[in-house]
Amino acid sequence: MAPVKPRISVEYTDNATIVIFTDEKILEEKDIQALQESIMSVIEQAERINLILDFRNVLMLSSAVLGLLIRVSKKVYERDGQLRLCNINSRIYEIFKITRLTKIFDIYKDREGALEDLSAAD
Amino acid sequence: MSTCRKGFLRWYKLMASRAPISRSVAVESKASAIVAVCRRILSEIEAYGFDKEDTFAVHLAIEEAFINAIKHGNKMDVNKEVKIDYSVSPDKVEIFMADLGDGFDPDSIPDPRRGENLYKTEGRGLLLMRSYMDVIEFNERGNSVRMVRYKEKPRLTETQRKA
Repeated sequence: MAPVKPRISVEYTDNATIVIFTDEKILEEKDIQALQESIMSVIEQAERINLILDFRNVLMLSSAVLGLLIRVSKKVYERDGQLRLCNINSRIYEIFKITRLTKIFDIYKDREGALEDLSAAD
Repeated sequence: MSTCRKGFLRWYKLMASRAPISRSVAVESKASAIVAVCRRILSEIEAYGFDKEDTFAVHLAIEEAFINAIKHGNKMDVNKEVKIDYSVSPDKVEIFMADLGDGFDPDSIPDPRRGENLYKTEGRGLLLMRSYMDVIEFNERGNSVRMVRYKEKPRLTETQRKA
């Protein structure tokens, strides 16, 4: 049986939880569903989370991923947390611009930027 | 890359510059079924000298169109096929994708950028297809889409389009 590839890796700083997408292409429903489960359980680990999503590996994503990000955003904010996106390359960023999702997501150039001025997490 | 492979690619590109190719495939209605076809189309357009922007655009449009076809058209019935006819020529790639569904009215799809729609988790596929391809046309019924990407054409950005 082929090894199951983890789709995210998680890092913790004093003030934030960083979730890095490990796949270059995030396209299929089943992969997006698996991602959702993983990310939602990371969010549930803390009462209030400062979540940073790192797109450094992502070269291609479908509109279903945007839907996932909206669901993630809703959950984070319901729990009074903060969500920031970072390391989005220019082609992927164009997708956010076209869909006007640059208006509802806080997008930072890099991780350092995303980590700045975060209010204290739990 | 070996000299041998470089030579082959040069020959292939020379051949490719002469005549368009056309292919027709039918795939079952599951997400993974598009992978092989998509890979093939993309390598063919690369051989015809389309650049990375084109490849990205065509890839995304194919994925979005296919998801719509299997989800909304064929209702995820694996027994229903999606028919893909495509042709690649030096100046353009044209893809027809047809499902077996009842179709829909593309004009009835709400703009996902406006108002509350911005917060919806679905409904952006068509917008992306229209943004990345130069032509998006549906048949009367709405179960078949024609998509075209030209190689050499000034493509207006969103900001330029609005000006």
